[in-house]
Amino acid sequence: MSELAFWLVAAITVVSAGMVVFSGQLIYSAIALLFTLLGVAGLYIFLWADFMAGIQVMVYIGGILVLIIFGIMLTHKIESVKISQTNVQRKIGAFVVAVFLLFLASSLGSAPWFQMVTTEPSETVSTVGKLLMTKYLLPFEVASILLLGSLIGAAMLSRKEG
Amino acid sequence: MTVDLLYDWLNETIPFLSGNDLLLLFAILIPALMLFLVIAVNAIVLVYAERKVSAFMQDRVGPMGQGVGLHAGKWGMLQTIADALKLISKEDIIPKLADRKLFIMAPFIIFVGAFIAVIALPFGESLIVADMNIGIFYILAVSSFGVIGLILAGWSSNNKWSLYGGMRSAAQIISYEIPAGLSLVTVIMLTGTLSMQGIIQYQSGGIFDWIVFSSPFSFIAFIIYFIAGIAETNRTPFDIPEAESELVGGFHTEYSGMRWSFFFLSEYANMLVVNGVAVTAFLGGWQSPISGYFNTAGWGIFWFISKILVLVFVMMWVRWTFPRLRVDQLMDICWKYLLPIALMNIFGVGLWTLIFG
Repeated sequence: MSELAFWLVAAITVVSAGMVVFSGQLIYSAIALLFTLLGVAGLYIFLWADFMAGIQVMVYIGGILVLIIFGIMLTHKIESVKISQTNVQRKIGAFVVAVFLLFLASSLGSAPWFQMVTTEPSETVSTVGKLLMTKYLLPFEVASILLLGSLIGAAMLSRKEG
Repeated sequence: MTVDLLYDWLNETIPFLSGNDLLLLFAILIPALMLFLVIAVNAIVLVYAERKVSAFMQDRVGPMGQGVGLHAGKWGMLQTIADALKLISKEDIIPKLADRKLFIMAPFIIFVGAFIAVIALPFGESLIVADMNIGIFYILAVSSFGVIGLILAGWSSNNKWSLYGGMRSAAQIISYEIPAGLSLVTVIMLTGTLSMQGIIQYQSGGIFDWIVFSSPFSFIAFIIYFIAGIAETNRTPFDIPEAESELVGGFHTEYSGMRWSFFFLSEYANMLVVNGVAVTAFLGGWQSPISGYFNTAGWGIFWFISKILVLVFVMMWVRWTFPRLRVDQLMDICWKYLLPIALMNIFGVGLWTLIFG
């Protein structure tokens, strides 16, 4: 059953990711991206990373995807023609993708794999929190300073002169 | 958890299927159907309550039985059911220039967003569909899911009023998620867990063990969460997304019949979720207010639902008392007042637990 669910989630992720790339209209691409991001959150859950899945939904769907849709709507006038997205240089793209796939396949075959944890860990969030506050404190603080800087920058840019 | 209990029970009662995946599927589907029923009944009751409360606040009588042939029950109690039947039988209109696929999809996305949040609500000590490790965070995360449905509904209708409504409501919900989340952080700091049942267990005892009364800061956090909750459910005084006097009906202007009623189902389901989280995080969830009394499983459900209903009544009270805010006032309240207070609050709760904890 859980294997079936996994394949379903994986199929949703891959098919909707394809729709993001191949759909003719930007707004449909954005909606397909919703299902891709949800699928990735589902894959996190299969890896017992429930906190990561929550973050994925909150940041990518609640924040970034909404911003993308806002951007599409604000640039689109209701009366005018619909914005379409076209893919150019398909042949070169296909070649690059094929080379990349070969590279991926060869490295997938030779890489040493971590074994997946098969039992549910009793605590996921508190482990993440403790690691962030001890082992990874410096990267955590650096990331927050980066975010603070971008916040101040955004406030400066959007502020009226005078 | 309900799903596990159901699965065990099904395994015992149907021995020739025990261990079968089919039973797990049933154990998941049965609570899902029950939740759908809860959401539908919740909407019917709350619509009736809203009409009666608003009528009494304005010195009217509200829906009543309307004479012999057209009876809507005593005190109009069947009015909402009649309305629901009317909505089901109404013609389903899709505007010619609307984006058909997205127009059809939008109500479902909004409803799914509300529905998956109800899953994590603890109705009783063992009556919760999924008691997740990340319960309260999960609800915060999936509540951003419905926003996309709102924008889609506004955009796909191909109507400027709808588009304005969708934009406004998305901007509003995203902004008010921040003070709501920050005020819940104070609760998480006190309890040290994200699980809904864990938070309720922390508040066991009487009314004075509830988080809302545990320190002055958590009381402020409760008020902030409640204000943000009103804004997240798009209710007056924060109802500019569907401001009738400016935007006809906001994002659902073009919808009719069953599709329209899905917006209402999810709106009232969202009220259930927001107030359910408030009750869980601040008001002791299914715990009885008097320590040691009325604390059985049945009373648990009673306490949880009646606490939610009290908060819902306050929301309706607020709706018929305050005028609608302007867009700039709305953003002012969120970013200039609620957010700094919520941030100070986190600091205050930290100090409080350091000194008195």
